[in-house]
Formats: sequence, structure tokens, C-alpha cells
Amino acid sequence: MEHNTSIEHEHRDDMGSKMGMWIFIFTELLLFGGLFLVYAVMRAKFFEDFHIAAHQLNVFIGAVNTIVLLVSSMTIAMSITAIQKNDKRLALILLSITITLAFVFMVNKYFEWGGKIHHQLYPGSEIVLTLKHGQVLFFSLYYFMTGLHGLHILIGMTLIGYVMYQIKTDKIKSNNYQILENAGLYWHLVDLIWIFLFPLLYLIT
Amino acid sequence: MQHENTHITSYRAHGVILVLLLFLTAITITVTWFDAGSLSVGVAMFVASIKASLVLLYFMHLKFDQLVFKVFAAVAFLLLAVVFIITFFDYLFR
Repeated sequence: MEHNTSIEHEHRDDMGSKMGMWIFIFTELLLFGGLFLVYAVMRAKFFEDFHIAAHQLNVFIGAVNTIVLLVSSMTIAMSITAIQKNDKRLALILLSITITLAFVFMVNKYFEWGGKIHHQLYPGSEIVLTLKHGQVLFFSLYYFMTGLHGLHILIGMTLIGYVMYQIKTDKIKSNNYQILENAGLYWHLVDLIWIFLFPLLYLIT
Repeated sequence: MQHENTHITSYRAHGVILVLLLFLTAITITVTWFDAGSLSVGVAMFVASIKASLVLLYFMHLKFDQLVFKVFAAVAFLLLAVVFIITFFDYLFR
């Protein structure tokens, strides 16, 4: 192009990018929404069984993970503020905290699942097969929903790592940070789902 | 360009929202200590909805976004609610 470089045009559509991210988030909502719907109907049908099975879950670990996710949600939201104020260093620190917290969440999950599998509480195990139908359903839903949610945490961690690299190499700057915002939206979605999963799975005893 | 008149949420505001969210989490857990039966699920879901709204409005920035995003999100949640209501009508009155 023979334009004067000082009025160089960047072809960028931040609004379109954000819109795309929101549309993706809605598909995620419907994915998890379907699972919540199955949970709701099955719980209505096997009220007692769900009650008994939920006793096996550790409320303490669940509560710790809730706090971990809420704090990590705040730090990633703050990193956007930091980038807007052109504070690259603080943005990177806040994102590292977010990733670390995500890691803590997964470690907790590892111990939680590990403990349950150790006690033979996993779909298809001999003990679970002797349980009532509703309790089997509860454990299947528990593993499927927290597993799918955990997968989202791993994807989120990868995404945040990528965004950190982009900040480090100055691809994301105070006037161009839509990717960071989209990563933030994704991370908040993960938090949003957990906000409903925690009371429904852990607190209904 | 687009970001010239962007709303910047202060660090403090983010902190306040986090404190609110943690407070609401504490409420949800405390409520389950009292055995209120089916009422406690209602309370838990109500509190969870408030928490979700806080995350959507402030952390996800919907409050300060263009109208199209607000309408979008509202329609998505409405759709989800309708699916739940219709399913339960079918389930309960079959």
C-alpha cells in the first residue's frame, strides 16, 4: 500500500471478536444446561438416592475450590484493568496467579476423584453396581459434570498461557487486548458453571 | 480506536465484587447446616443466581457493554429457563 505509514490502518474487528466469543459461550451454556436439566429431572425422580449419594462428597474441598475459582476470576478481570492502564508487569503477575489457582483447583480435584476411586466409587465399579439406581445416576452425573468442567479448566489454562505469551511479546497492548478479554470471558464461564455445580452436587445432603 | 472511550473497572471495584461473592458463598454453605428440606435448594439456587449475575455484570463486563450483548445474554438465559420450565411441565403433569 502507498499510504503514509503514520495513518496506517489496522484491520481489526474487536466487536465482532467479542460477539463470536459470546456466541461460543452460549453454546457452552446449552451444553451444560442440558446436563443440569438431566440432573434436575433425575433428582426429582430419585430424591432420596441423590440425598444419600451426595453425602459421599467432601463439602470442604468443594468450598475451597469455589473460593479458588472466585479469586482466580477476580485476578483475570483485574489483569484487563492492568492492560488498559498499560501495566504489562502487573497484568502478567495477575494472570500467573490465575493459572496457579487453576492448577490448585485441578490438584484438589485430583485428590477428590482419587479418594473416591480409591473407595471404589466410580461408574461401573463393583460397589457402585450394588447401589440403588438413583445413586448410580448421581455418581455418573457427578463424574461427567465435574469431568467436563475440569476439561474446561485445562483448556482455560492453555488459553491464559497463550495470552500471557502474547502480552510478553507485546502482541497484546493497552490498545489491543480483545484476546485477553475473550480469554477472561471463557474463564468467567468456567466460574459461572461451578457456581451452580457446587451447591447442586455438594450441598444438597 | 474502539477502546478510546472504554469503561475501565477499578481494581477496588473488582475487590468489592469478590468480597460479595465470597459472602454469598458463605451464606449458601451456612443455609445447608439448617435442614430446611426443599427450601434449602431454592435458597441455594437463588443465591447462585445472584452470584452468577454479579459475575456476568461486573467480571464479564456486561453492565458496561453495548446493548446488543445484554440482549443476547438475556435471550440465552431465557431460552434455558424456557427449556427447563417446559421439561418440568412434561415431567410433572405426564
